[in-house]
Amino acid sequence: MTSALPASVPETLALLNAGGYVADQSLATALHLALALKRPLFLEGEAGVGKTEIAKVLSETLGRELIRLQCYEGLDISSAVYEWNYPRQMLEIRLAEAAGGADRLALAADLFSDAFLIERPLLHALKANLAGAPVLLIDELDRTDEPFEAYLLEVLSDYQVTIPEIGTIKAETAPIVIITSNRTREIHDALKRRCFYYWVDYPSADREMEILRIKAPNAPEALSRQVVGFVQKIREMDLFKQPGVAETIDWVHALVQLDHLALDPAAVENTLGVLLKYQDDIAKIQGSEANRLLTELRTEMSMSGEA
Amino acid sequence: MNELSPQPLQDGDSGRLLDNILFFARVLRAAGLPVGPGKVIDAIHAVEVVGITNREVFYWALHAVFVNRRDQREVFDQAFHIFWRNPKLLERMMQMVLPSFRTGEAGKPEKQINRRVADALTQRDGEKDDPDETADEEELQFDAAMTYSGAEVLRGMDFEKMSAEEINQAHAVIARMRLPVMDLPTRRFTPSPRGPRMDLRASLRASMRGGGDTIPIRLKQPRRRLPPLVTLCDISGSMSRYSRMLLHFMHTLSNDRLRVHTFLFGTRLTNVTRYLRHRDVDEALDSASAAVEDWSGGTRIGECLHTFNRDWSRRVLGQGAVVLLISDGLDRDAGEGLGEEMQRLHGSCRRLIWLNPLLRFEGFAPKSLGVRAILPHVDEFRSVHSLNNLRELADALGASSGPDATMMAGWKEKLQAVEAAEID
Repeated sequence: MTSALPASVPETLALLNAGGYVADQSLATALHLALALKRPLFLEGEAGVGKTEIAKVLSETLGRELIRLQCYEGLDISSAVYEWNYPRQMLEIRLAEAAGGADRLALAADLFSDAFLIERPLLHALKANLAGAPVLLIDELDRTDEPFEAYLLEVLSDYQVTIPEIGTIKAETAPIVIITSNRTREIHDALKRRCFYYWVDYPSADREMEILRIKAPNAPEALSRQVVGFVQKIREMDLFKQPGVAETIDWVHALVQLDHLALDPAAVENTLGVLLKYQDDIAKIQGSEANRLLTELRTEMSMSGEA
Repeated sequence: MNELSPQPLQDGDSGRLLDNILFFARVLRAAGLPVGPGKVIDAIHAVEVVGITNREVFYWALHAVFVNRRDQREVFDQAFHIFWRNPKLLERMMQMVLPSFRTGEAGKPEKQINRRVADALTQRDGEKDDPDETADEEELQFDAAMTYSGAEVLRGMDFEKMSAEEINQAHAVIARMRLPVMDLPTRRFTPSPRGPRMDLRASLRASMRGGGDTIPIRLKQPRRRLPPLVTLCDISGSMSRYSRMLLHFMHTLSNDRLRVHTFLFGTRLTNVTRYLRHRDVDEALDSASAAVEDWSGGTRIGECLHTFNRDWSRRVLGQGAVVLLISDGLDRDAGEGLGEEMQRLHGSCRRLIWLNPLLRFEGFAPKSLGVRAILPHVDEFRSVHSLNNLRELADALGASSGPDATMMAGWKEKLQAVEAAEID
């Protein structure tokens, strides 16, 4: 099931496309470099532009295991890397006592051995895997705090973890590491330096159309085209949160669900909450502004249709 | 060159390419991108992997190595196109990069080049004269009559009335200020003899140390941590004397603790966080003021806060940030759109403290439209016209108790009184 890593940029592009991810050349190049030079790929971008999806598609198309570490504030070693199995350790001590005259040195060595170690995502990703090096997704790194980021430095540069009681565990084959960030906090340069950086931007109209064809195949072509045109126009406006690709897809699904075959003012009015998630933004678009955008869109479309 | 690359490309042309990548890295470094030797090696490896058959692939390969932040993309893009397209321009650029070759015509390609790239390469010597510098000197003569000074007098003195020497002394006092710690509990733990939770790992290790006969109980408690501090400082004409002093204060803050973000605004918003991280206060302030283009101009508070809310709030206001808004509330746009922006700002931070030097006047009433738009949305309203105020502020930031509710209630009453008077 495992496939080999792509050998060139076009192959990487084809790989992503095969997994249903519409990528462009810039992303494929960054990804290819990360794969070929065994460095983490650091993806930054607004929410809902498809950062996490890249890791998922990669694990699927390469047939590798996807190990996901969702970051949150206060994430610590015991939930990210490893933990000792304390109840078992205590039980072991009791058993040794019951057996009587146990060799204490042996017991001490025994208690902190592999058998009592609980693997968490990072350690698991470093362990040998039959399906080949796994894809390690460190999601929303900006949500955790600086101490954890500092801890990641060792993991990401040498692919190793140091456990004081056992020693250093080093990965035989480096996992494919994808790190994503929403930029709610700046990630330190020391960590970025170890990665290849890629800013995931909002897609162009053509690319977004292609994405809709794959992600919402049951939507009529005309509707998708209008939705993409409308969303692209909205992204040019001064909004607090511009809609991402995920919102576009949701919106098309919502419109299809409500049996709308084309965008009209009423349809926009009723479903705007799917696209925009801040009241100020909705108030700005709702009503006359939406109508203006729709008319603009219609004239543009009819003109390009004639041409 | 060959030392840099473990597997150098073979023929002469490739050697030229390696040289060029090295020079390109130098250009980027001169333009302000953090490009070290490690990155150059990375770039060479990257180019070896992707080859140089496709220009676009080559571009993105270098991009992936050299660009670390989104705002570096523009500079990289410009530098790339100039460097790799026009060899003549390249030569001229190299002359500029290497100081020994610098000639008079170095300024020529400036028009085509991004200003930052060009600035970095030409390194203009005659920096703009600082208008405030001369102002300071005038002040010095004017203040010469007030020869008495001393720490006590200094502490209560208005920044605006200080002589140049007194300002220097004040700077020294500020540099010695240390903020007491206002910390918040985090979800991490730290060992503690009287903590509320048991630390199993430490307990078991202690047990093993003692031979495993007993398990001594070790405890832990939540670790506490400083919240991020975000300062938004008004540098318009009406604030200029205070904002210089306050910049010193901010520099002290930036070097005293982690996660301090500083923004200056007049008619537009500038992020000076990185500049203020310089240890040396003069260097830090010089580079900060060089980055700002609207010193001592007008104020458009609403507009600037809008920019802050849109572009920065999500990036710097996470994890319980405290915001210091330093402004006199005198707004060129007469408070238009300010209320909404303040509301959003207030909603996205843990505590919003407004520092207003105008509060030094006894009869200060919230009359101007700007002040009236800001006041309803702040947690605390303080004065910052003297060192004593700064000390109080330091104490306020350290206090783990909430803001002074009675004081704010007083201000809100005054605000209502002003509004009622207007209706009559």
